[in-house]
Amino acid sequence: MMLHMEGVHAHYGHIHALRGIDVTVQVGEIVTLIGANGAGKSTLMMSLFGRPGASSGRIVFDGEDITRVPSHQISRRGIAIVPEGRRIFPRMTVMENLLMGATFADPANFNADIKRIYAMFPILQERESQRAGTLSGGEQQMLAIGRALMSRPKLLLLDEPSLGLAPIYIKRIFQIIRELNTEHGMTVLLVEQNAHHALRVAHRGYVLQHGEIVLAGTGAELLASPEVRAAYLEGGH
Amino acid sequence: MSAVIVARHARTPTERFKDAAWVAFVALLLGIPMVGMTTVDQGGALVVTTRFGVLAAFVAASFAGRFAFRWVMDQYRTRRDAKSTTVKVDRTAKVVQVLGWGILGVALFLPAMYSDNRYVVDTATTVLIYVMLGWGLNVVVGLAGLLDLGYVAFYAVGAYTYALLFTHFGWTFWEALPAAGAMAATFGILLGYPILRLRGDYLAIVTLGFGEIIRVILVNWTELSNGPNGIGSIPRPTLFGLPFERNPAEGEQSFATFFGLEFSGMHRIIFLYYLILVLALLTNLFVSRLRKLPVGRAWEALREDEIACKAMGMNVTNVKLSAFAIGAMLGGFAGVFFAARQGFISPESFTFSESAIILAIVVLGGMGSQMGVVLAALVLVLLPELGRNFAEYRMLLFGTAMVLIMVWKPSGLLSSREPTIRLAKASAMGGQK
Repeated sequence: MMLHMEGVHAHYGHIHALRGIDVTVQVGEIVTLIGANGAGKSTLMMSLFGRPGASSGRIVFDGEDITRVPSHQISRRGIAIVPEGRRIFPRMTVMENLLMGATFADPANFNADIKRIYAMFPILQERESQRAGTLSGGEQQMLAIGRALMSRPKLLLLDEPSLGLAPIYIKRIFQIIRELNTEHGMTVLLVEQNAHHALRVAHRGYVLQHGEIVLAGTGAELLASPEVRAAYLEGGH
Repeated sequence: MSAVIVARHARTPTERFKDAAWVAFVALLLGIPMVGMTTVDQGGALVVTTRFGVLAAFVAASFAGRFAFRWVMDQYRTRRDAKSTTVKVDRTAKVVQVLGWGILGVALFLPAMYSDNRYVVDTATTVLIYVMLGWGLNVVVGLAGLLDLGYVAFYAVGAYTYALLFTHFGWTFWEALPAAGAMAATFGILLGYPILRLRGDYLAIVTLGFGEIIRVILVNWTELSNGPNGIGSIPRPTLFGLPFERNPAEGEQSFATFFGLEFSGMHRIIFLYYLILVLALLTNLFVSRLRKLPVGRAWEALREDEIACKAMGMNVTNVKLSAFAIGAMLGGFAGVFFAARQGFISPESFTFSESAIILAIVVLGGMGSQMGVVLAALVLVLLPELGRNFAEYRMLLFGTAMVLIMVWKPSGLLSSREPTIRLAKASAMGGQK
């Protein structure tokens, strides 16, 4: 088991944001969390990193309890995140951004990793010495993913990777997620509002509502489920 | 007639007239209380009299000035628009490099050219102190993006550390230098801890307060710092133990006797100049090297996006504290030099306006640009010197120059950023858009 969250509660001050979450991610899986705005999807990701920390419950990553581990230590244990809104370093070059992702990676792997990422995203190589802020939104998202992969993570978290992208890039991003999983065996936890795309690419999914898991199942099951269709899929896409 | 729609066209004379009339109206509103009325002392009683003639001249001048300004700006814009169709290759990096070596060359030979002009060498020394302070603050503000309004505190800590170590324990300049740097770095960390979670305006306010606290302590803790009277007779630095004195102590050599030169007061001035030049160059080398190391890149990443830094697994606390500590240390070094050069220090020298000038040097230079700091220090130190002829209008001139720089170069004199890493293959492609 790659990741296991067990009865996790989290608070922002008096707001009870997560109310007993149970989520499991197996090795080699793509798992998606879908839900409306304010359902607690992003909070769940943040809680993995201890901000806000789980007020009760347990988070086990790769056999180790990380519930009380400091934030900056967690990513060094093999979880990489592609944050919501990409959060690349705009005034640094593409190359420097990738370098930042490799801060805690073994320098011996650097050249191989950069080659691998350039093979995956040839556009990044073309733009290598350009300021990251001058890239288009889709290119920035690829950079954010590339940067996360530079640390050779065991688990990749993606927070709303399709947010604010052109439809053609949305397609491309989900294609990349699938490739990462099938060709590189990457385990992925994907938070998305774009339920349709997310469920199609995911092996399993969870539906989050008011800080609770209300539905769980395989991607296909959830896609077919009348509740999910009514709440997240109808009238769009 | 099918006119091409242009987003910002040059103004027609009518528009220019309206614009100027509006400015004149504002000038009138402001002018009535400020220019139109004045108080006159008539036998002990204050009487308000009106000066409508002056007011009319003031409004007319505003109108004419605005009209002329807009006209010049429009001409400038039309010409620039005409030019902008040609492809521009960015050569800033090359120009900066050439400029840097040029300035260094001048700096190296300046004392030789002005070996009997104390004023020039002294002013150049002052410029270099500010360059060094600017480079130090650049670490905190330019690279790490932490707005520090109290940088002068570390300058003061460095200066007082040397002064106190000398008066109580007889330490020399060279012995006190590392100690003062360490002391300033410690203060940097002390300041850094409580403000780790603050950003932007809030951070600026607390650092401003910190700078004032240090100064107020120095004024009031008389037993330690001798209060507002300051500490005097701080010894000048020596050249490997050779003092710059007319009459060295019995059985000892001075610089002049050792080299068989005739004693001259200029020797010391020139020595101090070269000393700060070396200190500043070392600072530059140090900061430039750090910038290319992981710690420097972490500072820049922190400036760009703190949350992303945390997501990368960076310990943001350590990154911030290291920036504060190193910036403070460099300020401390400059402080020791300042104390040694002046021979006398008092809290007067470490007021907020010093912090403001150092910050202005970093901001006007272009945040994070090492060369920009040099240019801005030259402008900000030399301008008030050149402006001495203008007597009481000096600060007005100074302010105008700063406003103009910010109008024309809103992100500083040199705002382009050199990448810290570049692959050999990529450099052929780099710069081409």
